[in-house]
This record gives sequence, C-alpha cells and structure tokens, in this order.
Amino acid sequence: MNALALLVPLALGLGLAALAFFGWTLRNGQYEDPDGAAARILFDDNQETPRCPPPDSR
Amino acid sequence: MNALPARLDVEEPRLSAAACAHCGAPVPAGAGRFCCAGCEGAAALIAGLGLDAFYRRREGVAELRPVPLPPVDFSARAEPLGNGRDHRLDLMVAGLACGACVWLVEQALAMEPDVLRARASLTARRLTVEWRGPASRAAELAGIVARLGFRVAPWSAACLRATEDAEEKALARALGIAAFGASNVMMLSVAVWVGSDMGEATRALMHWLAALIALPVVLVAGMPFYRSAYAALRAGRINMDMAVSLGVVATTAMSLSEALRQGPFTWFDGATALLALLLAGRLLDRAARRRARQACAELLALQSAEVTRLAADGTARRVGAETVRAGERLLVAPGERLSLDGVLEEGEALLDTAATSGESLPRRFAAGEALPAGAVNLGAALVQRVTAAAAEGSLAAVSRLLERAEQARGRYVSIADKAARIYVPVAHGVALATFLGWWLGMGLPWQAALVPAVAALIVTCPCGLAIAVPAVQVVAVGALFRRGVLVGSPTALERLAACDVAVLDKTGTLTLGRPELLADPARPEGALEAAAALAASSRHPLARALVAACPALVAAAAGVSELPGAGLRRGDERLGSAAFCGLAAAEEDGPALWYRSPAGAVAFRFADPLRPDAAEAVAALRRLGLEVELLSGDAPPAVARAAGALGIGMWRGGATPADKAARIGQLRAEGRRPLMIGDGINDAAALALAHASASPAGSTDLAQAAADLVLRAEGLSALPAAVATARRAQAAARQNIAFSLAYNLVAVPMAVLGFVTPLLAAVVMASSSLVVILNALRAGREA
Repeated sequence: MNALALLVPLALGLGLAALAFFGWTLRNGQYEDPDGAAARILFDDNQETPRCPPPDSR
Repeated sequence: MNALPARLDVEEPRLSAAACAHCGAPVPAGAGRFCCAGCEGAAALIAGLGLDAFYRRREGVAELRPVPLPPVDFSARAEPLGNGRDHRLDLMVAGLACGACVWLVEQALAMEPDVLRARASLTARRLTVEWRGPASRAAELAGIVARLGFRVAPWSAACLRATEDAEEKALARALGIAAFGASNVMMLSVAVWVGSDMGEATRALMHWLAALIALPVVLVAGMPFYRSAYAALRAGRINMDMAVSLGVVATTAMSLSEALRQGPFTWFDGATALLALLLAGRLLDRAARRRARQACAELLALQSAEVTRLAADGTARRVGAETVRAGERLLVAPGERLSLDGVLEEGEALLDTAATSGESLPRRFAAGEALPAGAVNLGAALVQRVTAAAAEGSLAAVSRLLERAEQARGRYVSIADKAARIYVPVAHGVALATFLGWWLGMGLPWQAALVPAVAALIVTCPCGLAIAVPAVQVVAVGALFRRGVLVGSPTALERLAACDVAVLDKTGTLTLGRPELLADPARPEGALEAAAALAASSRHPLARALVAACPALVAAAAGVSELPGAGLRRGDERLGSAAFCGLAAAEEDGPALWYRSPAGAVAFRFADPLRPDAAEAVAALRRLGLEVELLSGDAPPAVARAAGALGIGMWRGGATPADKAARIGQLRAEGRRPLMIGDGINDAAALALAHASASPAGSTDLAQAAADLVLRAEGLSALPAAVATARRAQAAARQNIAFSLAYNLVAVPMAVLGFVTPLLAAVVMASSSLVVILNALRAGREA
C-alpha cells in the first residue's frame, strides 16, 4: 500500500506532465511544418540570421 | 518526409551534360550547362551567395526555372510590424519541394543586410520575411526568391483558410488528451486484470483512480463526437458519431455504477481507448484532406492577379480586382487575363476566349463590344470600361452557382452514414433488449443488468465500423496525392467510384489548348523562318506556334506592324488570314496562317493537338466501363476531328455553358452518374452539377473550385488511375463494413449472455480495428 501511495501519484504526475508538454507543443505551433522540421535538423551550418545587423555592414 | 514525392518519381539525371545544371530541363547538346539565361542567372546568384551546397542537398530536381514576378503590387501586401519601421511579407512559394529548397530560400534572404527574419514552411509553402525598412523593399525581396527559380504569389486568404484548420487543431488536442487517458487508465486496468489476489479495497482504489482520470478525459476528448452527433440529431439524421457518443457515454456511466457497487471490473479503459483510436483515424483523415486543399490553394494563388486601373488623369495603378467599380477604366496588358466584365473602350481587340466559351481560336472584338471576364488579351494593350464590379460580374455568378451545387453535394449520404442508419438503431435496440431481459426477465438488479447491456454496446460499438471508411479514405487520398491528384471533398472518391459515363471537354482538357504547326512537305525552304521572323512580334497563338515550330532561334524582325485580328505586315511581306494576304479564301480546314512575300504565298496549317496520353486515357476509361462523351464549345469540325481521332462516337460541338450543364442534367435525369472533366469557366456549371468532376492541370480557378478532383500532374493518365483507386477504395470500405457486421454476429450474443469481460472487449476491439486498417491499406496499392 505504501508503494502505491508513492507510485500511483508519481505515474499520474508524469502522465499529466507529458500531457501539459504536448499541449505546449501544440500551442507553440510545432506541428505546423512537420516536413520542414524533418529537413531542418540536417542543416549543419544553419547560422542564425543576425538579429541586429550593423547599419553600414555593406 | 518529402512533401511532393510525385516529383521524386521522375528519375532525371542530376548534373549530366544534357540536363540544365539548375532546373534539370533537357539542354541541347553543345548549348552549355544551362537551358536558359534565367537558370544561368539563378545559378550565378546562388554561387555568388556561397550557397551552392543547395545542388548537392536537394532531392530530385524540382521545377526551378526562374519566372518573372507576377504583376502584383507586393509592397501593398507588406504589413508594418509593431514599431512602424519594420515590415513583414507573407508569400506563397510554389516549388518548395525539399529541405534544401527551404534552406536556399531562407539563406538567400538572410544574406540581405536589412532582412531580420526569413522562415519558410515546407508543409504550407509559406514564406514569412521580415525586414528593417520601407514596404517598397517587398518586391525586391520577392524578386530574389523568383530569381532563384521559385514561383511566388502573395499569401492569399484562401491559402490561409486551407492551412489554418482550427478543427484539426482541436482534434489533435483531443487525441493527446484521449491518449493520455487511455494509457494511464490501462495501467490501472491491467493491474486489476492480472491481480486476481488483489484485496477488495485495493481494487476499489484502482477503479476510483481510473474514474478520476477517465471522467474528465471522456468529457473533453469526446467533444468532437458529441458535437457532430448533436448536430445530426437536430437535423433529424443518424450518423456514426451517435453510436460512438452513446457507446462511450454509456460505458463510462456503467463503469461508474460498477465502481460505486464495487463490481469486479470497470470499463473505463475501453471508453478512453476507443476515443483515442477514433480520434487518431479522424485526425489522419483530416490532415490528408488539408494537404490536398493546400495544394489546390497553391495552384489558385499563382493565378490570382491584380488589375491596372486608369485614373481620370490617365495614371495607372495596380489594385485588387475586388476594389474596382462599374464604370471605371482598366488597362489590360498583352497576355493578361481579364478579371472583370466590361466593354472595349476603343480600337480593336483580339481575345483568347477558350476559357469562357471553349473556342480554340481567338476572337476579334470591336469597340463597344462586351468583353467576357476570363478571356486573355492576345493583341496590344487595351482599355476596358468595367460594366460590373467583381461581386456582380459573370464570374461571381458562376461562383454563386458553384456554392449552391456545393450545398447540394453536402446532402450526399456517404456509405458510412448509410451503414449507420441501419446499424445504430439495431445496436441500440439489442443493448436495450439485453438490459430489459436481464433486469425484468431474469430479475437481476438494474445495475447488474446494465453490465451485459453496455458490454453489448461496446462490442458492437463501431470501432471497426467507425474507422472502416476513414481508414480507406486516408490511404486512397494519400496514394492519389502522390500521383498528383488532389481530392478535396470527403465524399468525392465514393461518387467517383460510382460514375458510369465520362463527359469530356475538348479544348484544354483532351487537347493541350494551344495550336501546333502541322508538318507540310510541300512547304518551300526558308518560308518557315521568314514567316517566323514576322510572327515573333505577335502574341497571337498561331503566330506563337509558328515561332515555336521553327527549329532555329528566331529574332523578331524590325518594323513589323500588327493589325489586331487580321495579321502582320512588314514592307510587302504579310502574315495573316487569307483575306489579309489578298488571297481568295481557300477551303478552310482548321486554323491557318498565310504568308505572302514577293516570292509567293505559303499556307501554314495548325491544329490543337490532343494531349499525348488522351487516347490512352479515353481507352482506359472505357476499360473501366465508363461511356465516353465529348462536349465542347469549339466549332463542330474541330470537335469532330478530335472525336474521330479518339474514337468517341457521342460528341457535340458549339455547346454553350448552359448546353453543357443541360446535358449533365439530362444524363442525371436518365439515372446515369456522369463524371465531368473540364478546365474552363464555361465548364464550371457542368462540373458542379455532375455526380463527380475533375479538372486537369492548368485549369481556370473556377473550374478547379468546381471540381472534386484536380489533376496537378500534366496529362490525363492520372484520371483513370483515380477512378480505379476510388473503386478499389469503395470495395475495401464495403468489405470493412461487412467484416464489422459479421464480427458483431459472433460478439453480440456473447456480450448479451454476459461472457464478455473488459479484457476480452479490449482484445476484440483492437483486433477488429487492425483487420479493418490492414484491409484499408490495400486500397492504396499501385494507385
């Protein structure tokens, strides 16, 4: 019974955490471009676009 | 993982000497590495940016030939960002076929110093670019993408509607919740099933924990079904969602009552697993259809253009066609499609009306004559006075007709609903009889009598039945998508499978929709080249065909003047109709051009050639048992020739749009199920009225909107394949339904007699679903 008192809430808590995480990915739009996401991980030199380019860089 | 596997099917040499190093098109021997100046420029641009890794990374060779930007005011579409200085533009980028394309587009834009962010979505083909600076940069940025070889168009509202599917999102959310519930409840249920030495108190704890999880899950995740069932109930119809809803709710209620009276088993696992399984099927079905809708919107976005409005002072501005009011004047450039009805203000005009009337030859219009929207200007730029705003014009009238037809189609009863009509009352009747029999007949307490009754509901509960049809649909729609056939409507495949007569349009459907020069061994040497030099300065389709037929490169001769609708003249050389060349009109056998020079007169004859696979497609349709008819707006002799070449006995020429619709109506009145295939605005009404309809690649937007199926790949060969796939899918759906019913014949008596435990129900449910899914997979074979 003691084991249950620990394990059942633990299992439920993990399940709920996973559900919350799924909800976050859904809201975050992570399923909007599954094809692109699959390809993107292969870009090895995917440098981030500079956020603030110096005004006279060219 | 590739969004456009259809393109990968084409095995093309990648960088061999005979293929363009950029777009992969064949290059004549000795012409260098590129097929055209555009491709050479694109490759130079890519090399200059240091992005040539693109060529090694891309999968297959997509259509990448650079095209000019569409005549759209991109800067007007740029939206200012929060701070007012920065702007954002959303573009639809066709030809984004693989990850390398996404990488290339994003990197090329990111190299611009003022670009803040460039992000392309491979699934939606949407490019979002944000930059620091004025809106006027929009066209330049779009131009970079176009120079790389991608066709771009402003991201339209239709694209957005096709992409953002709120219901799909709700289904995904419900599926996540149901999957969470099913797995966690199953964890508790398995403990009860295997723990036969479990104490009563522990078992009760397990049941209440399961109830704690299952009750909210059933309430929230079942919403899509409850809503649909409620809507059907209010409309007085019966659908499968009613059986699902009642089954799930009754199972949950009975399990709750079992938990209360400390029974040996609860059935929460069955209720949640059923929901999860059905939601997964529904989500896949919806995603497959959204992909098809997205591809359709992409095709349409490439067609949408703006119009040039002339202000009173003669200044021209490009505006959206919907903002133009009757009485305003528009400038229509050569080659532009008329978006609005109007009259010709002055001079003469030559219009290609193939899309509006089906005529394969252009027509001449005099000043004051009405110009139909949808026609293409082949002559010089013309000024048109608008007679009806977009919302009241002829195109809008066709659109309204399509909407009405769409509603009529919405009333089509699918095979799943037909099965539900019989099945739901019977299943519920059996469950009710079981309950009454055990309760009143055998004298059990009502709670105990509820158990076999609900068990009967669960095993009959249409798990196999409810996914019998969607599973087949997902497989068949996906297989057709890979072949370049876009299926938008949920009942399209069913209707297509039932068609028994195919009505084909000629111009643009069976034929290529553009004339080609016929070979003539008697033609004097050099005449073709001389005539082509004159023709090169005209947009007339015959003149263009003449230039295209000339093997050598043609430079436009200088000093050529064009009389719209008559011909071309330079000095004493003339190219045009027989009358224009001063010749007695000879026996006209199809379209012809005459070339007259001091050396003599030569005739060039043309024909609108059949698509290379038209004969094969017609034969294949016949093999599938469909009768084939030809119904065209073109002149009867041209229609007769095409019918003769294809061996079609039933044909009719000179048909107006109303005639076409009437013929479809007549066939339906005879109890036939016509499949209409057409590409023009004049076919739209017939397409909408037909039992099922398809439009080939390059159709007008209205025809595509009216058709159930859009063939994206060039040619007609996908059409018989689509019919065959639809029939296979229909057969598989019937087998699935039959199997589900047969299995009920065994399972229901067991449930009624009270032999079914939750474990058995779970095994039976899963196995029947697996059988149905495996059978559905057969529908997609060799599509």
